[in-house]
Amino acid sequence: MANVATTVPGPLARARHWGAGFRSRDTWAAFAFLSPWLFGFVVFTAGPMIASLVLSFTDYSIIQTTHGVGFANYTTLYHDPQVRTALRNTFVFTLLAVPAHVIIALALASVLARVGRAAGFFRTVFYLPVMTPGVAIGILYLLIFNGSYGVLNTGLGYIGITGPFWTTDPNWVKPGLVLMISVWSVGASVVIFLAALVGVPRHLYEAASMDGAPAWRRFKDVTLPMISPAIFFVVIINTISGLQTFDQVYTAFFNQSTPYGTNASLMYAIYIFQEAFTFFKFGYASALAWLLFGIIGVITAIQIVVSRRFVYYEGNSRG
Amino acid sequence: MPGWRTSFAITSLIAALGVLTFAATFASAHSTSTKAGTLNIMGFGKGDDVAESRAAIATAAVGGNVNRPSGSFNDQTFLAAVASGNVPDLVYLDRQKVGTYAAKGAFLPLTSCIKSQKINMKQYRQAAVNEVTYKNQVYGIPEFYDVRTILIDNDVLDATHTPIGWLNPAKPAQLLAAAKKMVKIENGKVTRIGFDPKMPEFFPLWAKAYGVDILSKDGLHAHLNDPRAVKALAYTMSLINAQGGWDRFKSFRDTWDFFGSANQVAKDQVGAWPMEQWYYNVLAGSSPKVHITALQFRNLKGQPINYETGSAWAIPKGAHNTAAACTWMKTMTSTSTWLAAAKNRAALRKASNQPYTGISTGNSVADQAIYKQTYTSINKYFDEAVKKVLDVQRFSFGIPASPASAEFKAAWNDAVTRVLAGQQTPKQALDQAQKEAQNAINAAK
Repeated sequence: MANVATTVPGPLARARHWGAGFRSRDTWAAFAFLSPWLFGFVVFTAGPMIASLVLSFTDYSIIQTTHGVGFANYTTLYHDPQVRTALRNTFVFTLLAVPAHVIIALALASVLARVGRAAGFFRTVFYLPVMTPGVAIGILYLLIFNGSYGVLNTGLGYIGITGPFWTTDPNWVKPGLVLMISVWSVGASVVIFLAALVGVPRHLYEAASMDGAPAWRRFKDVTLPMISPAIFFVVIINTISGLQTFDQVYTAFFNQSTPYGTNASLMYAIYIFQEAFTFFKFGYASALAWLLFGIIGVITAIQIVVSRRFVYYEGNSRG
Repeated sequence: MPGWRTSFAITSLIAALGVLTFAATFASAHSTSTKAGTLNIMGFGKGDDVAESRAAIATAAVGGNVNRPSGSFNDQTFLAAVASGNVPDLVYLDRQKVGTYAAKGAFLPLTSCIKSQKINMKQYRQAAVNEVTYKNQVYGIPEFYDVRTILIDNDVLDATHTPIGWLNPAKPAQLLAAAKKMVKIENGKVTRIGFDPKMPEFFPLWAKAYGVDILSKDGLHAHLNDPRAVKALAYTMSLINAQGGWDRFKSFRDTWDFFGSANQVAKDQVGAWPMEQWYYNVLAGSSPKVHITALQFRNLKGQPINYETGSAWAIPKGAHNTAAACTWMKTMTSTSTWLAAAKNRAALRKASNQPYTGISTGNSVADQAIYKQTYTSINKYFDEAVKKVLDVQRFSFGIPASPASAEFKAAWNDAVTRVLAGQQTPKQALDQAQKEAQNAINAAK
């Protein structure tokens, strides 16, 4: 063990090694290629983020004189009952939507992986809904999930199930949104899973079959570990997307022509938007946005730590 | 030249071009928006014949050079323009927003504009002027004027043998009985609504009918949890509950083909409901053969009342071309301009063999002239409806200008939706709304 410890470079050595990299022409070339992106990142992402952090300590409203308010915005959001409501809704939505999205996408990709020549056609068909604007999805949600006359409840009626009032009953609003949004946007993840599934070496399945592993064991012990990086990616992206859900829900419930939003449908991003662009409290909205950024950061970090135990990378010694 | 240097040079060139393009675009946009002599208008993009014929007259009045980007007024766009220093010279927006921007100092008072251009403020309807007056100063010039009457489908009334006199909010028990008589529920689904109180949108109208203005005249005191407002909300809920409850009621209402030829009146899917006057125009175009009646909305004392809303022109602080903005506002809302637009529309409708129901403006003098000089009979149903619309205008009230109009509206709208969804009682919801609204007003004034 002592020998192993001496081979790990210290922080100083690592810094020296990193600095030495800048003597290499390749490093400069890499930075040159990256410079357009770096410029865009600084001007359009990092700059506004820093500005919003500064604004979160002010009462900025664009049209009135700005004053520093210290941590008042953060104290206010701590005591704001709407923040708790919006966060609870957003967490519930994400907790339901991400697993539903992953399971449906994986199931569809597994079926598509078995389709021969027509795979390309089906891939396109499943991907097409992804190109639908969020606003259109919001309107479609109201039509498809209409409690009395919607397609979904009509279909459920044929098999003897009386569907709930998805769009008006506060208890069913979030499950309805989960079904609509997670299923509608499943195409992108299907493509990712399909690519991962096709990449699983055939000989692993053959070996498992020869050992007498049934289909479920082959899926659990071969497929899932081999496509775990893809699953991890989809989970991370959809968790972030779920926590930022906005346009579909806003269109369905908070638009000027659909003013029927209740506490059950208030998502956190919608609350931020309302505070900023309806009530002109940009300072407070910035604080709200930073809270969301922090939450997403913590959740993503937890997912990354947890992933070390479950995600298998080929060629990685930790695997 | 070594490979790395070539790639470095190419990439640097691309980055430099990107920066230059960005800078050039920004500079170009900046120079366009501040071009001297141009009147920059926000919120009034290309519109229908009424908008365009008046815009042509107003453009001539300001001497040309009018910049009207597409799209209606949007708070985000306006605030972005203010933040970047490219303030438009004139904005066209919902009257209910004017008070908030005025209280925040974003709009200029129009005192000198009205004086210098000799704008006759008496020609505009008082309720509309009140909406754009904050702390005794006028901040906007009213334009369109939406009024609300009860629209009745005579065929439903006849089929259910419901007396038309029952459709009167002054007699709540009879109105409830009429709603029950006209509603149709089949297999657990609403297939016809008897009477739609149009909630949450028309809550101010119902509260007024029960005797309370939900906001004081100075816009600084909310009266949302006044017992009369609570009673009004409870009554409208009883109307909805008697017709299948909110879930079934709204699910059915969401299926209506509102602007199409198979609309809810043409298909007898509703008995009656309070509605803005522009819908008569929609019906005249999409289903002119429907049998309708318009009734005035009445308060509990039996007096006619009308909840009015509409649009207005305002000049933002920092505008460069205020003289042209003032000329434009005056011209766009003058009697002669409205009349010219009405004559043009009447001619267009006649040429395309479509009915014409007139234009409802914030200028009472213009309205009289329009009706007298341009209206021609459609049929007895629409003729009577148009008369009622004109008649109800003198009983108008609006929501006064408030420093927190958006928060105020959100407070009562959210309260009503919570009651509709069964989450709170009317009193609980309006108590909460009162607290939210008054806190917002106190913070903003």
